[in-house]
Amino acid sequence: MAEVKKMATRDAYGAALAELGEEKSDLVVFEADLAAATKTGVFRKKFPDRHFECGIAEGNMMAVAAGAASMGLVPFASSFAMFAAGRAFEQVRNSIGYPHLNVKIGATHGGISVGEDGASHQCCEDFALMRSIPGMVVLCPSDAVEARAAVRAAYEYVGPVYLRFGRLAIPVFHDQDTFRFEIGKGETLRDGDDVAIIATGLMVYEAVQAAEQLQAQGIHARVINLCTIKPLDTELVLKAARECGKIVTAEEHSIIGGLGEAVCAVVAESGIPCKVKRVGVNDEFGHSGPAVPLLKQFGLSAENIAKVAAEL
Amino acid sequence: MTEQEKKDLAIKATKVRMGVIEGTHAAKAGHPGGSLSSADMFTYLYFKEMNIDPDNPHDPDRDRFVLSKGHTAPGLYAALALRGFFPWEDLKTLRQIGSHLQGHPNMNMTPGVDMSTGSLGQGVSCAAGMAKAAKYLGKQCRVYTLLGDGEIEEGQVWEAFMFAANYKLDNFVAIIDKNGLQIDGPTKDVMDSGDIAAKLRAFGFEVMEINGHDFDQIEAAFNKARETKGKPFGIVMHTVKGTGVSYMTNSVEWHGKAPNDEEYQIAMNELNAKLAELEAK
Repeated sequence: MAEVKKMATRDAYGAALAELGEEKSDLVVFEADLAAATKTGVFRKKFPDRHFECGIAEGNMMAVAAGAASMGLVPFASSFAMFAAGRAFEQVRNSIGYPHLNVKIGATHGGISVGEDGASHQCCEDFALMRSIPGMVVLCPSDAVEARAAVRAAYEYVGPVYLRFGRLAIPVFHDQDTFRFEIGKGETLRDGDDVAIIATGLMVYEAVQAAEQLQAQGIHARVINLCTIKPLDTELVLKAARECGKIVTAEEHSIIGGLGEAVCAVVAESGIPCKVKRVGVNDEFGHSGPAVPLLKQFGLSAENIAKVAAEL
Repeated sequence: MTEQEKKDLAIKATKVRMGVIEGTHAAKAGHPGGSLSSADMFTYLYFKEMNIDPDNPHDPDRDRFVLSKGHTAPGLYAALALRGFFPWEDLKTLRQIGSHLQGHPNMNMTPGVDMSTGSLGQGVSCAAGMAKAAKYLGKQCRVYTLLGDGEIEEGQVWEAFMFAANYKLDNFVAIIDKNGLQIDGPTKDVMDSGDIAAKLRAFGFEVMEINGHDFDQIEAAFNKARETKGKPFGIVMHTVKGTGVSYMTNSVEWHGKAPNDEEYQIAMNELNAKLAELEAK
């Protein structure tokens, strides 16, 4: 197999901001002392007068961004997922979510693949937290192409959006020239009727690889990419439930409160007979280590998805 | 300020206090104490200081006010109603199902409310964000925020103050209502915040300490705020919680409790007497 180009979705985020900034003068960026890591530094280099440093004060940053949004600007407020969704949860809930202000939260370093920094920085709870806020759109792009498109879609959408990006360079498998993105619409990457693998973020590529492995065993797996975790593409999920009767969800997030539970709820309430298994971080914290072996250790791999799917 | 202007403001402030009592009595809930301590400030802001238009509450160039101590919404609502943003009768629907007057301010429901607040320490950050945005957009508008002296125990308040000073937001005025009482008791006993003015100065603010019930002093503070360039402005206003109603005056008990029918009558009698006295002057 040819070498696949790799890029972190956080890099795509920074590049997309810098690109959009050219067209949109109302796009401003708020940052909490992590510009080099969140990649908003790329935007800052181009538009220093529109990049507002807030220092290490994420709660204040979120509410400041809310105030700026109320004045008609379109702020992207950035930090690591742990601090954007975790530390600043209540500011996001009360100052952005409740008034439904037009703030985009660009959260990088989501999940276990943060790697060496360890559990304190490996946020596996952000989907659960952000999903629970009424009116919040939650996006988790699967590669750099989708990330770029998601940033643009988030800008065009009026209302609060949470975007989760990753630190790790991952395969870029979408075609930049033909890819179309719409908030709330899932993407079927591969057809199959034996089992559906519904994945988000960096687990999408793993799901595609898992489907290849299953194919060799004679199992035809459907692969669905759900970048939009909220609002969930219910139609696509239920179609998979109906046609496959078996679903495996895959996410770099706690199995509690994330994509897996969202899918479970929709399937259970539909009455469609369908077994669901969740692949994700079990109810435990991460730890330090290089990202790729860590992901494997936590079962966030094509091999594990294939194993779970085959056993279902 | 002329004596006539001062008299007019005093009359309006008394009416605002009556609105606080009307609302909290009808709701059988709410926060009269801090609403009354800030009543003179609300009145001055909405009738003299701010560039606002009740007929055009979303004017993009208007001045902004953020009630960071959102629980004193009854005071804000009374000032907004008196200024003509919505009918006075609405005050009696406070906290009721279907009312636009939520327990804490909601910017999407109540005309004239510029930010949804209630969770302490957040409004001040929103206000700082508005001031920063106004500078970026080249708007001349000013942003005012009112905080409680208990509220400043929230660390986020000081993050916001740092932000305001860092960006030299001289279009930003933070007013701290130092009434000395919070839910669990006197502020100095619950969590002594010490010399608030000195702390604000240390954070890069120009500061004035005033009597928050004296319109001359309030005016002087806002004049100085307008003259101050390159720095945010802080007003530490010394007030008495519950001012205007005898049994609520300087009482912790009336932080978050509504008057019953009998108490309502006493309060309204006192405020009506005050009104008659002012009008006879």
